[in-house]
Amino acid sequence: MNDKPHWLDQPRNLRLLWRGFIVVLVLTVLAQLLVDLHPHFEIEAVFGFNAWFGFGVCAAMILFAKALALLLKRPDDHYGPGND
Amino acid sequence: MTDGVLHPALVLIVGALLPALLRGNARKLAIVALPLVALALVWQVPDGPVWQARFLDHTITPLQGDKLSRLFATIFALMAAGGGLFALSQPSRVEVPAAFVYAGSAIGVALAGDLITVFAFWELMAVGSTLVLWSNGRNSSYRAARRYLMIHLLGGVVLFAGITGHIVQTGSVAFTHMAPDSVAHWLILIGFLVNAGAPPLSAWLPDAYPEGSWSGTVFLSAFTTKTAVYALIRGFPGTELLVWVGLFMVFYGIVYALLENDMRRILSYSIVNQVGFMIAGIGIGTEMAINGAAAHAFTHIIYKGLLLMSAGSVLLMTDRRKCSELGGLYRSMPLTTVCGTIGALAISAFPLTSGFVSKSMIGQAAVDGHLLTVWLLLTAASAGVFLHAGIKFPWFVFFQKDSGLRPAEPPASMQLAMVLFAVLCIAIGVWSQPLYALLPFPVNYEPYTWAHVLAQLQLLLFSGLAFFVMLPLLKRTPTITLDVDWLWRKLLPAAASSVQAAWRSARQAAVDGLALRVNRSLGSIERRARHDARLSNTGSTRSMATWVLVLLLGYLLLYYL
Repeated sequence: MNDKPHWLDQPRNLRLLWRGFIVVLVLTVLAQLLVDLHPHFEIEAVFGFNAWFGFGVCAAMILFAKALALLLKRPDDHYGPGND
Repeated sequence: MTDGVLHPALVLIVGALLPALLRGNARKLAIVALPLVALALVWQVPDGPVWQARFLDHTITPLQGDKLSRLFATIFALMAAGGGLFALSQPSRVEVPAAFVYAGSAIGVALAGDLITVFAFWELMAVGSTLVLWSNGRNSSYRAARRYLMIHLLGGVVLFAGITGHIVQTGSVAFTHMAPDSVAHWLILIGFLVNAGAPPLSAWLPDAYPEGSWSGTVFLSAFTTKTAVYALIRGFPGTELLVWVGLFMVFYGIVYALLENDMRRILSYSIVNQVGFMIAGIGIGTEMAINGAAAHAFTHIIYKGLLLMSAGSVLLMTDRRKCSELGGLYRSMPLTTVCGTIGALAISAFPLTSGFVSKSMIGQAAVDGHLLTVWLLLTAASAGVFLHAGIKFPWFVFFQKDSGLRPAEPPASMQLAMVLFAVLCIAIGVWSQPLYALLPFPVNYEPYTWAHVLAQLQLLLFSGLAFFVMLPLLKRTPTITLDVDWLWRKLLPAAASSVQAAWRSARQAAVDGLALRVNRSLGSIERRARHDARLSNTGSTRSMATWVLVLLLGYLLLYYL
C-alpha cells in the first residue's frame, strides 16, 4: 500500500475537496430561497442567519480562546513530568 | 417485599466478581453477557416501587421503576456491555470488575426510589470509578485518582448533609421533585452538580478522565456525569439557575477544548460541554426540554463512548496521546478513522446522526419558551461543538500532517465495539422513534423537516469553514491551560508547605528559647551550689556544737523569764 499515495495525499484531490466544500456552502445558503425556514425570532429571518452566525461565533470563540491562552497557557510539564 | 424481581444493579455489582475470578473465554463471555443480563432485568422492572425495606425508621425503596429510570438504566447497561466488549483484551484484572461495580451503581441510582439508596449507590460509584482510574497502574493515574476521589468524597459529604437535612425537615426519604428553597435542598443540588462537572469544580473531569487506560476512559466517560443528569432531572427540573450553569459549562468546554493538546482531554472537556446542554435543558424544564435532556444523555453516552474508543485505539496502538505528536493515521487505521468520524459527526448533531434527533429538542424547547438569549447561546454552542470536537478531534488525530506513524488497526474485539456503537449512532439518527418511545414524556416532535435540516447544515458547514480558515490559530502546542484544579494542585500544596515551614521554624524558635532559659537556670543553680559559694560552705563540728549550746542556753533563759 506504500507504492501508491493515498487519494487524500494527492494535492489535486485536496483542491477538489476544497472546491466541492465551497460549492456545498453556497448551495446550503441558496437553498434557503426554496425552503421556508419558519423563523421564530426576528433575527432568524435575516438572510443566511445560520451561515453567518455560525461562522461569526466560531471565529469569536477561537479568538477568545487565544486571548485566554495568553493568560493561562503553561508548558505541559507544569504539574511535573508525566503528569500533564 | 421484592416481588421476585432481581435488582439489575446488584446483579452487575455482585456479578463483577465473575470477570475477576474467571480466566480465558469464560471471562470474556462473562464480561459481555453480564451487562446484557442486567439490561434484560432492567426491562423487567415495572412502574412503581418494587423492593421496599425498613431502614433506620424509614421505608426505603431500593428498586423502583418508571420511564425515566428505565431509560437511564438501559443506557448504563448498554454502555457497560459496549465498554466491556471494547476492554476484552485489557490485561488489567481490576479494571473491568471495577467498571462493572461503577456501572452497576449508576444503574442503582437510576432505579432508586429514595434518597438513602441514591446516596449509597452514589458513593459506591465514586469507589468503582476511582478503582478504574487506579487500575491503569501509572504513577500519574494514581495521583489523578487521589485528586478525583478527594473531590467526589467532598461532593458526597455535601450530598449527605443535604439528604439528612431534607429527611429531618420533611420526614420523607422519597426521591422526588425538590426546589432550591432550603439549605438542605441547596446542598443536595450542589452535591449533584459536583458530579455533573458543573462550575466551579468542573476541572476534576478533564484532570482525571484522560488518566484512565485506553479502555478505562471509555467507562469513565459514561456514568458519573449522566447519573448526575438523571438526578437533576428527577430532583430539580425547571430550576432556572440550571439554564445558566448549563450554558456556562457549554462554553467552558468549547474554549478549553480548543486550547487542549491531549486528545482524550479534548474529549473530556467536550463531556462538560455536552452535559451543559443537558443541564440547560433541565433548567428550561418543559416536557420538550426534559425529553431533550434525557434523549441527549442517551445518545451522548453512545457517541462519546465511540469517540473515546477511537482515541483509546490510537493510544493503544501508538502509545501517544498528544495531537502535536499524532496525525495522518487514516492511512493505516481506516476503520478507526471512520468510526471516530461518525462519533464526531454525531456529537456535532449532524443530520442522520443520533445527536441531531436529541439535541434539537433542547433548542426547540428554548424556541417554544421564546427564550431568545438562551436559544442564541445554544445555537452558538452547537456551532462550537462542531469546532472543538466535531472537526478538531478527528482532524488533529487522523488527518492533519503525516506524523510518520503507521499503526495497525486495534484488536478485533475493539473494532467490533466501535462498529456496533457507530451503527447505533447512525441508526438512532435515522430511526428516532424507538428512542423517542423510551422518553419520559410523550414526544410530539419531528426532527426531520427541510427547514431544520437546512438550518443545521448551514450552521455546521460554516463552522467548519471557520475552522479551516482559522487553522493557523488552532495549531497544537505542547501546552496545558490552567484551570481551577490549579488551586488544589499548586496553591494549596504551596500554602500547606509554607504553613509547615512556618510551623517548623516557630517550633524551632520555641525550643531554642526554652533551651536557653533552662541553661540559664541550670547555670545559676550551679553557681550557687559551687563549693566556694556562701551556701555551700561546711562549718566545723566545734563551731556547730558551740552554736547549738548558745541556742539551748538562750532557750533556757527564755523559759525562766
